[in-house]
Order: sequence, then structure tokens, then C-alpha cells
Amino acid sequence: MAVSWRMPEYKINRDKDRCIDCQVCVNQCANDVHTWDEDLNRVVSDESLCVNCHRCIVYCPTRALNIEKWPTAFKDNANWDSGAIKQLYAQAESGGILLTGMGNDRPYPVYWDNLLLNASQVTNPSIDPLREPIEIKTFLGRKPARFDPSSDEFPPQMELDIPVLFSAMSFGSVSLNVHKSLARAASELNVFWNTGEGGLHRDLFEYAANTVVQVASGRFGVDAEMLARAAAVEIKIGQGAKPGIGGHLPGEKVGNEVSRTRMIPPGTDAISPAPHHDIYSIEDLRQLIFSLKEATEYSKPVMVKVAAVHNIAAIASGIARAGADVIAIDGFRGGSGATPLRIRDNVGIPIEFALAAVDTRLREEKIRNQVSLVAAGSIRNSADVVKAIALGADAVYIGTAALLALGCHLCQKCYTGKCNWGIATQNPRLVSRLNPEIGSRHLVNLLRAWEHEIKEMLGGMGINALESLRGNRLMLRGIGLNEKELQIMGIKAAGE
Amino acid sequence: MREGQIRIPSGCAISGIINRRGHGFSGSAIINSIALMHERSNGMGGGFAAYGIYPGYAEYYALHIFFESESVKAEMEKNLYASFQIHLAEEIPTRKSRKFKDAPIIWRYFATPLPAALERYDGDEEEFMARFVLRVNSTLRGAYIFSSGKNMGAFKAVGYPEDVGEFYRLDEYKGYLWTAHGRFPTNTPGWWGGAHPFALLDWSVVHNGEISSYDANRRYLEMFDYVCSLQTDTEVITYLFDLLLRKHGLSLRDAILVVAPPLWSRLEELEKNERERIQNLRIVYAGALLNGPFSIILATGNGLLALNDRLKLRSLVAAEDNEYLYVASEEAAIRVVANPQKLWFPAGGEAVLGLLYGKESLYTGGRCFDGGKLENAGI
Amino acid sequence: MKRVYNLSEYCVGCGLCEVHCATIHSEYPDNIWKAYRLADKRPMSRLFVERNATSSLSVQCRQCDEPACVYACITGAITKKSETGLVSIDEDKCVGCSTCLIACPYGLIKIDPYQKVSLKCDMCKDIAQTPVCVTRCPNEALVCREEEI
Repeated sequence: MAVSWRMPEYKINRDKDRCIDCQVCVNQCANDVHTWDEDLNRVVSDESLCVNCHRCIVYCPTRALNIEKWPTAFKDNANWDSGAIKQLYAQAESGGILLTGMGNDRPYPVYWDNLLLNASQVTNPSIDPLREPIEIKTFLGRKPARFDPSSDEFPPQMELDIPVLFSAMSFGSVSLNVHKSLARAASELNVFWNTGEGGLHRDLFEYAANTVVQVASGRFGVDAEMLARAAAVEIKIGQGAKPGIGGHLPGEKVGNEVSRTRMIPPGTDAISPAPHHDIYSIEDLRQLIFSLKEATEYSKPVMVKVAAVHNIAAIASGIARAGADVIAIDGFRGGSGATPLRIRDNVGIPIEFALAAVDTRLREEKIRNQVSLVAAGSIRNSADVVKAIALGADAVYIGTAALLALGCHLCQKCYTGKCNWGIATQNPRLVSRLNPEIGSRHLVNLLRAWEHEIKEMLGGMGINALESLRGNRLMLRGIGLNEKELQIMGIKAAGE
Repeated sequence: MREGQIRIPSGCAISGIINRRGHGFSGSAIINSIALMHERSNGMGGGFAAYGIYPGYAEYYALHIFFESESVKAEMEKNLYASFQIHLAEEIPTRKSRKFKDAPIIWRYFATPLPAALERYDGDEEEFMARFVLRVNSTLRGAYIFSSGKNMGAFKAVGYPEDVGEFYRLDEYKGYLWTAHGRFPTNTPGWWGGAHPFALLDWSVVHNGEISSYDANRRYLEMFDYVCSLQTDTEVITYLFDLLLRKHGLSLRDAILVVAPPLWSRLEELEKNERERIQNLRIVYAGALLNGPFSIILATGNGLLALNDRLKLRSLVAAEDNEYLYVASEEAAIRVVANPQKLWFPAGGEAVLGLLYGKESLYTGGRCFDGGKLENAGI
Repeated sequence: MKRVYNLSEYCVGCGLCEVHCATIHSEYPDNIWKAYRLADKRPMSRLFVERNATSSLSVQCRQCDEPACVYACITGAITKKSETGLVSIDEDKCVGCSTCLIACPYGLIKIDPYQKVSLKCDMCKDIAQTPVCVTRCPNEALVCREEEI
């Protein structure tokens, strides 16, 4: 079409008075929005290319730039909002599936914000974390139902000093510098990071003791060496951002390093199949779990990651009985580097419900000890962590939160490979923008801050060991929830 | 409102006395001890556990039962006679008192399970008894079995403990081990079954404090078919020890390492095998860790165990005087009944164990993998 | 002596080092906006940012042990201080002949077109504790260190 109906999404305002024509914005924009015009002798901006990543705004030394939503409004329409209309135009013009990045941004309720925590008052004392030890160490892995003092054998465990792990993000969807930042931080904090489905790059072998490797449906990068080095192996059945479909990495992002680590030819699209083609039923999963256990001599936990879907409680029960040591459940707010928009926004259920339902079901079936539960799908802060543990999780995965700590501004354009912050890109000019020294420092800062906040909240409840918070639903009250929601989460309403 | 409908936290007073030679003494001593701590209660509950008080019926389970009406009593007795041979059934003797004019019907039955009833449990008498009591208490409205051990009994009511002791005429009994509890609940329960001690088989627990890990413990116990119908801390503590000591056969030292584990940082000072062992215990029994302030006295036919939480957030004093061992919430409560040679204040997580001479373990069933000798349980 | 070294794998090519270098050497060293807006002449930085398609780096005078510019200077305006090792240009003595610029093997000397004198990195001597290009680099791509990395 000679004229597109699609207006720019954003408007760039440049304060002419403040702009000193230093061209930092020109140097930084990976989408070529800002250019130096010789004739006009100043910087000009093409807003149609702007993705609102804030790079130029943050870097401008005189704060001359700001960005607002393109001010042209459609007639008020509660049914066809401007997003729905623009998406329709895009499909009419292109005939393609709409892609997006990061997690579901639709206004579904965020149930973490409907949960309130307890504090001790009078009848038992709160504990001061500055003066008393508060232990938040946790172990992930299968636990025997009883202690056998005569036996030397104990199922393999992952020891975490803080109940937070870095979620799976593949090398290919993110840059190697992201992996370096995650690995270094995990190692320093004594927690774990997950390679995602792109394999483990050899530069990261030194961090293997804190690394979870992933066996996803495409089996990218899976070989004996990677399995031998890792601390744990995760079978990825699904993820919250795109339940039911596999990963997609466009060929442009498959450079030499990605090719070598994934063990695919450079420049080829890395498309993971929707199911594992050797897992069509629960017994097939059991076979893969035990194949991996045999291959690793039963020395490391085997995890299974699933998206939170309707029948998650029964699915989790099956996974536990299939022999998994840890089940990771990814709620519908989970992020991704590339996912079809409709699937991201309409498939899956919130992690709060999924977690509560799974924890309750496993206890009813008296098998809760057989697996540890890791909750994922938008854990945004330390209060979400505490609430997740109280609902029944052993630990949480953070993906989006970790990327935000590395500089992501949630522009949701990861799939273009032009991440201005050096995160979701393989372009060497952009990859250098994430300095792993700074990246890992930010991640360590984030988790240390959360560690202190978690201890404050636990101390406030009169709890000095994380075990006593796990599944302790009485420490939660619901606010603004209906009867059914309270019942599913197994909590009382505020005031009860 | 009663226990089981809502959760009622409480602060309290506890006391315990054992004659380690097994010589019986009158309940007056324990009554005087708990009476001294009158201000720690608010009259909303008091109770005692006494051991060795039924020497003539020592082979039989002594079921103490509250009934709210004659019709419930009739229905309960049908249940009892179907599963037990009842050797003696009688009202528990009490002194009439204005303070207890709302008293329920209180009876005791000396019973032996019928062989037919034990078949389902492979002859495991204790498992049968525990299941029977738990089932009756959670399903039969208006009846509550508040004591179910051999040669022992719990006595409790809504009132000050010294008044409760007088009501039940405990000065007329002779027992070698007595524990007592006075309650200060923050609500007004009117129900006698909710007072302490909580008793099951010959376990009895009196407890001062509030378990902040309650729901984590309860949901863990439910996986082993315990029903925490009273919603009290004492119930959960009793079930935890029953699980750890009777069903899983842990030694007493290990059980204490489970409910009041040493800090992770302290484990680093130990040698590798011991460190891994304690670490694994804590990992397996994470749901049994008791958090929140507590001082508890756990008693069985073999003796008593007194324990504080690992941060020592409740008071507990212990004393020894020849064959007598005393524990109480206050030093004065011991000195009012004795002039002990040795008196001390146990540290957080450090157990005080008073067993009958010649007994090696708290658990009377003897099912204990390594003998259960308590050496230095608090490390 | 301490020198400024670049970690080119972290250079993002933004040019903020140039902006801050220019500002601190201008009439308004504390205010970027005034430095660029109010000065008669556009402030100049004393460093160079090299960019190609895939990478970039920021370079400044190497404060050479055997400084070619010192030997080349016809007026003796450029000297190397023995205590600090710093190679500096005395602007009063400089006549703007550009011999130093030709002599420098790295090409790290500029000419100020307004004053007609040579400009080069002075390690922000007397104007900042640590050179501002180092402290202001948003990606920590410049370091000020004793030894060669």
C-alpha cells in the first residue's frame, strides 16, 4: 500500500532549547529513528520507527527528549479499543501472525495484589532481622517421606541461599552477555540460573555448579557434556507466554556462536516443535525423565517445566508420579522473546491459582514431598515471593524481573533482534551495550535487596525459618476476591 | 465460638513434676505450683495430666469423655461397646462448685480393644486407638474423648487451673508424673474440650506460646491422615511427636532436631557426616519445624520432656531435687513446692528430659531405631 | 602512572565521553547545557570516538613514555612532567603550527579552530579527581589504571 493506515505508536518530543545536537541519540537508536540532517544542521527524528525503548531518553545528557503515545485518538469505543483496531490493520496489510515479546500485558487481575500478609501483634513476638537470624535457605529436590538413619543415600538436592532462581531465557533469544550476567550473579548469590533451550555456551562452563540446563522440544544444544556439567536438568514442556507451542528463533539471530551452541547450521530458523515428539503422554515423560536420570547417574535433580493451564493440578500430580524431582509452573504472565500475540494474551491461567491448586492437590494425594514446586509467571517483587511461598511454592523463577534489572524497558520488541539495551539481540554492536560486570552487579543488588525485604516480612510474621512459611496459608488474607477465588487459593478473607 | 471453628491463640502458664522413682504423690503439689502462677491465666481454661493414677487398671485404656447430652452419651457408648471390652464405666468424681455449673457430663471408661476391631490395623493397637479417637472427635458432635492413655488421665475445664484441680479432686489421686496448664486465650471459648493439656494415647502436651508455623505444620500432618480439628497449637505439637516418635521411629534427639533445629550457620562448625545428617533431617521434616515462641512439656508414661523454641522466646525453668525433677514457667512456681538443690534456665532448643529411672526413651512403645538416649540434644 | 584505557567490548559508541570532556574543559564546566548554548564557540572534547558497523572505542592521548609530540614541538609548549608523567600543552606558548598533530603516531591531538592551539587529553588535571570520560561512561568501558590491561 502506498499509504499505510497505521499511524506511529509514539510521538517524540525534542525540546529544541535543551538539545545540544551532541548526536548521542543518533548513535544509540538501533531503529534508526534519530539521524543527523546536514542540510537542516540538526538531529531529526522519524517517529514511525520508534519502539519507546527509552534508550535515547536515558542517554540524552540534557534530558531534551521525551516520548508520549501518539496523540491521535479513535472515537471512544469500549469494545474496539485502539489496540484492537491497529492490530486488525496490521493483519489486513501483512497477512501474518502478530508477534510480540515479553509477558501478557492485558488488564487481567493481578492476584498477588489481592493477597495481604500477616504480622505478629501481642500474642507472639515479631522477630527483628537485624538482631536475630532469619533463615531463608531452601533445598529443591525430591524428599523421602521419612528419614532413614540407616541409609547413606539421599535424593540429590539444589541448595539455594535465597528462594529465587533466574528463569530460562535461551542464548539466541538473549545475548551471551545476558547469560554471563545471570551466571555470575547466580554464582555469587548461591542460587541458580537456567540456560533456556539454546544450550550452554562454553564460556559459561565455569559457572556450571549453579546452572540448570534445559531439554526442550527442539533439543537444541543437548549433549553429554552439557548434561554432565549442569547442576540440574529441566525438561521444558511449556512456558506461560505460549502454552501449547514451541520456541521460535528467527534465522537472523542465529549467528556463529548461537549456531555452535545450539548445534544447528548458522542462519537457519530454530523452530522448536509444539510437543516433544517423544512425549505424547505421561508415560512418555516418565521415560524421558528416567533417561536423563540414567544419563546423569541419578546425581542431579530432573525438573519439569509446564505452563499453567486448566487441569494443572492433575497434570502436576502426574508429573510427580512420573519421577520428576522439581515441577516449575509458569503462569500466563510469563515472558518470552517471541510469541504470537493472541496466544500470549489468551492462553493459560494465573500462577496464583495454579500454584495453590497444585500444592493443595499434591498434599491431598499425600505426595507433596516427592517434588519441589517453583512458581513463575510474573514475580515482580519480594512481596510476591513471600506470597508465593505462603501459597505453597518452594522457590520462584524470575525472568522479566531479571531482565529489567539488566536494563530492559519492556518495549516488547524482542523478536526484532534490535534490542537497544543489548539484551534480546545478537547484533555485536548492540550486544556490547550490556556489560556483564554491571549486569551481574545489578542482579546481585536486586536479590540482596529482596533478601532483606523477605527477612523483614518473615520476621514481622514471627517466622525465622522459610520452612514455616511454605504452604502456611493462614498467613495470607484475600482482599477484593470472591468466595470461589478464596476457596481455590485456600485462604480466608481479610477480617476473618 | 469454640476451638475448631476459629483459631484461638493463647498465652499461659505451665508446670510439670516427676518422681523418677515412680513413687506416686498427691495432685496437691502440682495444684499449688500452678496456683502460684494465677496471674498468667485469665480463667478461660486450666487442666492437668496425671500418670500412674490408675494402678488397678493399668492394662486398660482409660478413656475420659465429655458429653453434651445423655443422647450423645448413649450413641457414643454404642460405638464403644462395638469396638471395646469395657471393664469399668463411671462418672469421674468431681466436687460440685458454682464455678463449674455449666459442666458437661464427664465419664471414664477402662477399655481394651476387641480383637476383631484390631484386624484392620494388623493388630497395631496404638494405631487403632489413635484412629478411633481422631475419628470420633472429628465426626461425633457433642462427644469428645479428651484422654485415651493407659494408667494416666487428662483433667481439664474452663476455669482457673487451681479451681479445675479442686473440681476434679486431684488431691485424692496419687501419680508419679503431673503436668498442669493455665490458659489466657484472647477470645472467650466456652468449650471444655479446648483447654489444655491435649492428650492422645499416653502423650500429653501443655504449651505456652503461639506457633507461627501452625498452618504449615497442620497441612504437613494432614498428609499423614491427622485431622487437626481443634485448630490449636497443642494438638499439632502432639501429633508431630506422635508422627516422629511413634510412626516414624525417630530417636528423641532426632525429633528435637526436627522441631527445633540448629541454625544452618551453626551446622558449618560440625564434621561432614553429622552436618549432612542433621541437614537431611531438616530437609525431610521441613513441615515439622516449629516456629514461633513456645515452651512445651510433653509427657508419656516414661517421663517428661520440656523444650523451648530455638530463640528462647518463652520462659522455662528447670530444677532437680533428689528423685524429683521440676519444670515450670516461673522459678517461684517451683520454689513454692520444693527446695531444690539444682535450678537452671534451659537455653533455646535445649531439651530438659526427666525419665523414670531405668527407662531409656520417652516413647513407651519402644519402637525407636537407636534407643533414643538423649545426650546433648540442643547443640 | 595512571592512564585511561578502553574496554572496547563494552563501548556503546554513544559519545557521552565526548560531551562530558568538552563540557568540563569549557567555560561552564558544571553545566552541559550552558557549555553548549552560551559559549561563543562550540566546546571541543580532547578525545576521539572511533566507530564502525559492529564496534566502537573511545581513545585519548596515551601520555607516552617517549612522547613524539614533545620532541616535535617547535616552541617547547608541550612538556612531560617527570613527577606525574602527564604530557601537557601550555596554550600560551602554542603557536598552532600542527607539527605535534602530524608527529603523534596515534593521531590523538586536535586543533582548536577558534583559538588556533593544539588540544589533547590532560587527564582532567586540576579539574576532576578521576577523568570525567571514565566516571561518566554509562557502560564502564573506560578505566583509569596503573598498568596496561
